[in-house]
Amino acid sequence: MSASVLFDAPGPRTVARHRVYTVISIAALVAMVAFAIWTLYDAGQLEYALWEPFVTPEYVQYILVDGLLETLKMAFFSIIFAVVFGLVFGVAKLSDHGWVRWPAWLVVEFFRAVPVLLLMVFAFFLLAIGNGPLSSFWCVVIALTLYNGSVLAEVFRAGINAVPRGQAEAAYAIGMRKSQVMTTVLLPQAVKIMLPAIISQMVVALKDTSLGYYILAPGLTAVGKPIYLEFSNQVPTAIVITGIYVAVNLVLTWVATLLQKRLVGEKKVLDVPMVGAPTGPNAPV
Amino acid sequence: MDAVISNFDEYLKAFGLTIGLFVVSGIASLVLGTILAVLRVGPVSILNKAAALYVTLFRNTPLLMIFVFIFIAMPVLGYNFKVVENIEIAGYNVSAFFFRACLALTLYTSAFVCEAMRSGVNAVPLGQAEAGRAIGLTFAQSMTLVILPQAARAVIPPMTSVMIALAKNTSVAAAFGLAEATATMRAFTNNNADQRIGIFLAFAIGYIIVVEVISLSSYLVERKVRVAR
Repeated sequence: MSASVLFDAPGPRTVARHRVYTVISIAALVAMVAFAIWTLYDAGQLEYALWEPFVTPEYVQYILVDGLLETLKMAFFSIIFAVVFGLVFGVAKLSDHGWVRWPAWLVVEFFRAVPVLLLMVFAFFLLAIGNGPLSSFWCVVIALTLYNGSVLAEVFRAGINAVPRGQAEAAYAIGMRKSQVMTTVLLPQAVKIMLPAIISQMVVALKDTSLGYYILAPGLTAVGKPIYLEFSNQVPTAIVITGIYVAVNLVLTWVATLLQKRLVGEKKVLDVPMVGAPTGPNAPV
Repeated sequence: MDAVISNFDEYLKAFGLTIGLFVVSGIASLVLGTILAVLRVGPVSILNKAAALYVTLFRNTPLLMIFVFIFIAMPVLGYNFKVVENIEIAGYNVSAFFFRACLALTLYTSAFVCEAMRSGVNAVPLGQAEAGRAIGLTFAQSMTLVILPQAARAVIPPMTSVMIALAKNTSVAAAFGLAEATATMRAFTNNNADQRIGIFLAFAIGYIIVVEVISLSSYLVERKVRVAR
């Protein structure tokens, strides 16, 4: 019996009562699933013709290459750029110089508080529309880089702060310079603590690539539309596309959990403060 | 900036809709998320698994796809939620668009609310419950006097993060025909392409004010209920 703060180990009467609850809830859940399937069937959404595109090689290739691959590319580029952005601003937020620290704080707080979609629309109007130099693909990447980079800046800051203080003090004591302490002592240890948080942020980035729908960017959400316009199979398309997203995200989450266990152990996940919380360098800790 | 200042009433109306979406789906997702959290930590194992499945599914689905389900797939199945337009409460009635957007936001956010609640309960050390039982408190007493007060305090910071995320996520409704802040920003920019930077900053500041108000009020509540340990 796993220990829980909420309940004692159940006695025989409680066990019997729970058995009744289990039967009732199984019945309710089965009824819900059956109702969902019946609704789909009743609306004719289970007919083979509507699902056929998802087993036709050309369409599968279209979904995987024009959809999934583009989505993964957007997520990949944005997370790479975001790590660089986050590293620069996270370290800048820890700077000893006020003129570095405060602008970095302002940038990070600004991009964390503004919705990604607003950033995307702005990037789209600034850089893509008309004869703009970039495609909407890169507008999505820019918006996601700014947002996820700012979140990662907080992750990096929290990760560096999570390295025991004695490490930096020892490094200073043997005469290392500030940049040496950061690059040879603090960062290598912090990366270990931060890696799971970075991968969780990759899940967020991957999910947010779907917002490119609003600025006509490629990706999984964009490939759905021509398919359901041609076959008018809105429900199967939505189910298939969502299934792909969920599958990819579950793989990423699994990797994050694995790394958390391997690198950090059973200790709790890195705690990143929310937007607007008093986390500035002068905030009470 | 001129475009925003001369159409300031539209700007306010857009943020009014954003705040409306936030408040309605915030309350609804707190209710649904709490129910899910009760199922998730409750003693019936099949319900634990069902709630866990819901959370996993909705946390890993992009919010946009949930909007696609509600706005594009559901009408095909005969659910267009037009009924809500006939319901009138105190002279106000809501559009089907507003209802659908709130539904999508609620379904998505309640998964995160559930996780925040669960982390609050898990933050209470097991020894607290054991100590409560050891000094002879009944189940109800140890719950109301020992565990829930501590869990409620521990839940404030993660819940605030969830609510801030919800406030920002209302922007997704822009892609589905609601004239909230992001859609209005896009329309303003379309009409005044030369002022796009000013317009963006004006709307960004609006969002920042919303986020900071949530964050500050949570900070004040947290400071007020804080206890010495």
